[in-house]
Amino acid sequence: MAEIPILKIGDCLLVSIQVDMHDRLAMALQDDLTERIVADRARGVMIDISALEIVDSFIGRMLNNIAAMSHVLDAVTVVVGMRPAVAITLVELGLGLTGVRTALNVDKGLALIRRIIDNPESDDAARLG
Amino acid sequence: MSQHRNVILSLIDKHHQRLLTDWLACQKRDSGISDPRRDAEMQELARRFLDELRRGAQIAQFDNINAPDWQPIRNLLEDLSRDRALQGFSPSETAVFVFSLKEPLFTLLRQELRNDAETLATETWTTSQLIDRLGLFTIESYAKTREEVIARQQQELLELSTPVVQLWEGILALPLIGTLDSARTQIVMESLLERIVASGAEIAIIDITGVPTVDTLVAQHLIKTISAARLMGADCILSGIRPQIAQTIVHLGLELNVVSKATMADALALALRRTGKAITDRKVPAKPDA
Repeated sequence: MAEIPILKIGDCLLVSIQVDMHDRLAMALQDDLTERIVADRARGVMIDISALEIVDSFIGRMLNNIAAMSHVLDAVTVVVGMRPAVAITLVELGLGLTGVRTALNVDKGLALIRRIIDNPESDDAARLG
Repeated sequence: MSQHRNVILSLIDKHHQRLLTDWLACQKRDSGISDPRRDAEMQELARRFLDELRRGAQIAQFDNINAPDWQPIRNLLEDLSRDRALQGFSPSETAVFVFSLKEPLFTLLRQELRNDAETLATETWTTSQLIDRLGLFTIESYAKTREEVIARQQQELLELSTPVVQLWEGILALPLIGTLDSARTQIVMESLLERIVASGAEIAIIDITGVPTVDTLVAQHLIKTISAARLMGADCILSGIRPQIAQTIVHLGLELNVVSKATMADALALALRRTGKAITDRKVPAKPDA
């Protein structure tokens, strides 16, 4: 079974999903990721889904779960690289991924994580205007 | 069947010129159009129609104008309807072309078959039916052309009314004009997301100054657009909310879950602040020509 690699960049972890997700792969990813967050004392998790052309409700829920788990372990989760067609599909499905932060690409995702880690209060303040 | 065909055929053969003149006169009288510049064109059309009618009458059945033998005459009528529809003629002005042929044709029939009442009645009936069918076909072609025009205009309107504007580096504006229905939301969403990818924008200002009413459906479409942009990593600011619409939103109990500003200027100021930029007054005002 293919394994999804988890790369470490500074105090962030980068997960790039390149293959079709199925139940067991998703479970394995959740296991690996939580362990790595603890082991590496990571503060941010970036999930790159730019290779995914289809995101269904299952993957949507998995992303939400990962975000919630990371939050418990005091790490920020950012989903990056979603395609326009995928975004429209998710919205039509009623999955706004409200628990997850998003960024356009890995570059902006890293910057966002840095901003949130450096300044945990101001980011929320900025969002509320 | 062959009997009446020959009657019509011989009528057209024998009185071709007279039929043409009378028909043109009837057309002019019935349609109320007396444009000397169009006379030659009308005459040419009428001549072609009569020729084709004659050819069709030789071979085809009168009760089925969808037969391949009537193809040339159908093409002629289609062209005519399309031209007139595009030039803004009314449906009756278009149909008069065919229906006005009845009067001269029936007059001729009456003269020819003066002594045979039964044949006259049969001939009048079949001819009338043929002309009616051709007339209906004309109207149908006319309506089809008009529908094509309307469909094209709708498409153009859709494309016209969904621009995505770059206000600043990293800041997009989406001025919405007109009512948001599902089809438009889809196009708006697609063009906004494409532009977010292309420009790498982090903030999108959705301006609804031009949206006449906001009901639950429009609000839902707005929420969809905002969520989709958020999934792409862009925050949305809603602007251009008129007092009336603010009241409606509250009365309907709509929860938009988005930062909103009264004017586009306020929204731009907020967007600039978030991206770490500021607009300040110059100490010395710039000269107008500078």
